[in-house]
Amino acid sequence: MTTATTDLNFFQVKRGLFSWIFSIDHKRIGLLYLYSLMTFFLVGVTLGVLMRLELLNPGKDIMEAQTYNQVFTLHGVIMIFLFIIPSIPAVFGNFFLPIMLGTDDVSFPRLNLLSWWIYIIGSIMALSTLVFGDGPADTGWTFYVPFSVNTTTNVTMSVLAAFVLGFSSILTGLNFIVTIHRLRAPGMSFMKMPLFAWSLYATSWIQLLATPIIGITLMMIVAERFFGVGLFDPSIGGDPILYQHLFWIYSHPAVYIMALPAFGIISELLPTFSQRTIFGYTAIAFSSLAIAFVGYFVWGHHMFTSGMSGTGRIVFSIMTFLVAIPTAIKVFNWVATLYKGSINVQPPLLYALAFIFLFSIGGLSGLVLGALATDIHLHDTYFVVGHFHYVMFGGTGFAFFGALHYWFPKIWGKMYNITVANIAFVIFFIGFNVLYFPMLVVGLMGMPRRYYDYLPEFHIPNMISTFGSWILVTGLLLMLGNLVAGLFNGKKTGRNPWNSISLEWQTPSPPPLANFDKLPELPEGGPYNYKND
Amino acid sequence: MNTGASTFSQGVDLSLYIITGISLFFLIGITVVMIYFVIRYNKKRNPKATNIEGNFTLEVVWTVIPTLLVILMFYYGWMGYKPMRQVPDNAMEITVYGQMWKFSFEYPDGRITDTLVVPINQPVKLNLVARDVLHSFYVPAFRVKEDMVPGKDNFLWFEANREGRYDVLCAEYCGMLHSFMLSSITVVNQNAYDEWLTAAPIVTDEHPGLAILKQNACLTCHSQDGSKIIGPSFKGVYGRTQLVETNGETREILVDDEYITRSIYEPNADIVQGYMRGLMISYENIISEEQVADIIDYMKTLK
Repeated sequence: MTTATTDLNFFQVKRGLFSWIFSIDHKRIGLLYLYSLMTFFLVGVTLGVLMRLELLNPGKDIMEAQTYNQVFTLHGVIMIFLFIIPSIPAVFGNFFLPIMLGTDDVSFPRLNLLSWWIYIIGSIMALSTLVFGDGPADTGWTFYVPFSVNTTTNVTMSVLAAFVLGFSSILTGLNFIVTIHRLRAPGMSFMKMPLFAWSLYATSWIQLLATPIIGITLMMIVAERFFGVGLFDPSIGGDPILYQHLFWIYSHPAVYIMALPAFGIISELLPTFSQRTIFGYTAIAFSSLAIAFVGYFVWGHHMFTSGMSGTGRIVFSIMTFLVAIPTAIKVFNWVATLYKGSINVQPPLLYALAFIFLFSIGGLSGLVLGALATDIHLHDTYFVVGHFHYVMFGGTGFAFFGALHYWFPKIWGKMYNITVANIAFVIFFIGFNVLYFPMLVVGLMGMPRRYYDYLPEFHIPNMISTFGSWILVTGLLLMLGNLVAGLFNGKKTGRNPWNSISLEWQTPSPPPLANFDKLPELPEGGPYNYKND
Repeated sequence: MNTGASTFSQGVDLSLYIITGISLFFLIGITVVMIYFVIRYNKKRNPKATNIEGNFTLEVVWTVIPTLLVILMFYYGWMGYKPMRQVPDNAMEITVYGQMWKFSFEYPDGRITDTLVVPINQPVKLNLVARDVLHSFYVPAFRVKEDMVPGKDNFLWFEANREGRYDVLCAEYCGMLHSFMLSSITVVNQNAYDEWLTAAPIVTDEHPGLAILKQNACLTCHSQDGSKIIGPSFKGVYGRTQLVETNGETREILVDDEYITRSIYEPNADIVQGYMRGLMISYENIISEEQVADIIDYMKTLK
């Protein structure tokens, strides 16, 4: 039945640089995102390691205060806007959403390519502040006014970069929503979609609806800097607090842009490595929508100490606690998915289990910050820094690397060294906790965040944290080195080396250009029921 | 965490212990069950998986229990927080000024200090005034924090219940020396406080120009003894010729009244060679022209 052309996988159909950077194949665009994201991620990691090195001892270790402030700002901008917001949707969403829906591409392939180009242009703009103008912004990634309006560093270019990157995010969201509505395989109702598609669906709506707000807000900073319009300047009738509201109306939902796709990854990994269907499909699917919805109404918890009215603080505190409920439901269903499974402990599963543990620490420490009394004490301290690194890196980051290990043989048709991957995971996991747990402790002790120098009583936790950064980087380099080695010398695998029970493994690995040779058949009883003999 | 030293500490710490306790219970529970399942249902022990689609009763249970628990946690958080907004009528009012990168305190009798001294068991209300950008007034030992926002009348209050000296830190990023923006609160008994009040003079005999420099934290970056900190030293600066960079070009200027006024109002117009741009904000709306005259008068004395 196969002809010569259909034997070619999507890598083989065309070769050369232009066949990649102008490709409209969703799989190639996903990989373009992967390579560019990983490059920026490594830049961000380097900056993070330098920060930790500076904080090894009180006083100056390696850099001046002003440099440190620019380094932590750039670290934040790169990690948030260049890595974690696009991460899972842009790489794995692009690559796998059409395959998991049983179709050949996203609804708007050209728009998809455009969104990658916009991403690259925005990223170059963000990094250009290293070379042009008066140095990278020194405001923190939040660009709080009035400081961001007063400082002479290159805030304008940084916010313009974030503005441009926003369009990339909006277009990807739009593309996925239409794809999910229009291109599902015949017979695949919403309730038969893989859960990864559900989580992308919830994410995409946030990308589409919330991102324009940050675009406008950042333009307001530019207007303030160049024309002194007075939007945020109280001496001519503006209000600095207005900026914080506008900023967090986007940036809190953006946390769910970062987290929801990771939930989707975990919901894929657990059934595969337990060899059974997901527990509580409906609950997991709808809790994503609930999180996306309630997540719009909690932004005020970033402003509990800004002088908001008591009523405002109480309402935002209640709403914040409500988000915990659908999140808890997800965690319980994931753990229940392991029950009576036939569990195959492989690197991707280790990342999924680590995700549940680390994300739980992140989420539960979030409860401490959602409660008013404790937040007043811990607001803007290292406790917050620890909390969001547990959520973003321990959560989304671990899900990202879990997905990379999971779908590696699907994308390239080769396998990395499993033993090395396991060792790298253990080092990475230990390093992570040694790096970030002391931040929770030093925050409880009262050390504020964005601190170039600190009081002597904060020394020991900071020192431990810096040691942790070295362990983490060792694990990370080993992990990435192992994957790169697998890319070149990995053993060829068959179509489905994990014995996965979901749709994307039903087609050859690597997939052909059109994803499937014939229309995929859907199994009885939900998306996690493909039989492997 | 350090021991609390204000009347709020108990409420804050109680809610912290309750939330952390519940969190630890769930964290340990989830982790233990997860590890148990991975071992018990390992493919070697359990080669054939059983498909379980879900269980409605369980879903209800693990929706209702977390809901009740989060309401409980919210309640304790709220109760610990509630007194923080209810200032007693007998509170002593002190105004706190925050500016890059210094706190200063203005007492009801007009005295201005760098650190705060307060009597024990006396409610103190701090009116928070930001002179330039955002700052945040944070006393970890008292479990209080509130942002200082330009143009906004924020406040916080506390009642210290333990004698000692406690750190005050700026918790909202405010530029280059944010982490050096520190002060302290000394809590003393009423007698010691009265003594301090009478001992510390309100009016000093220092030069009014020096007082303005201190009040605006100018001396954080500009020394009086010729040493280089962040900006040029004030010592011997008046009347000197100086190389500066203006719009990328180097030129020679004379440090006179006009130049100093411009340096205070448009600090990035001319940058003295060897120093960085962009580290100082304009003081146009903060220091009046009469005050600038006082400063110039004082600079002339620094030979």
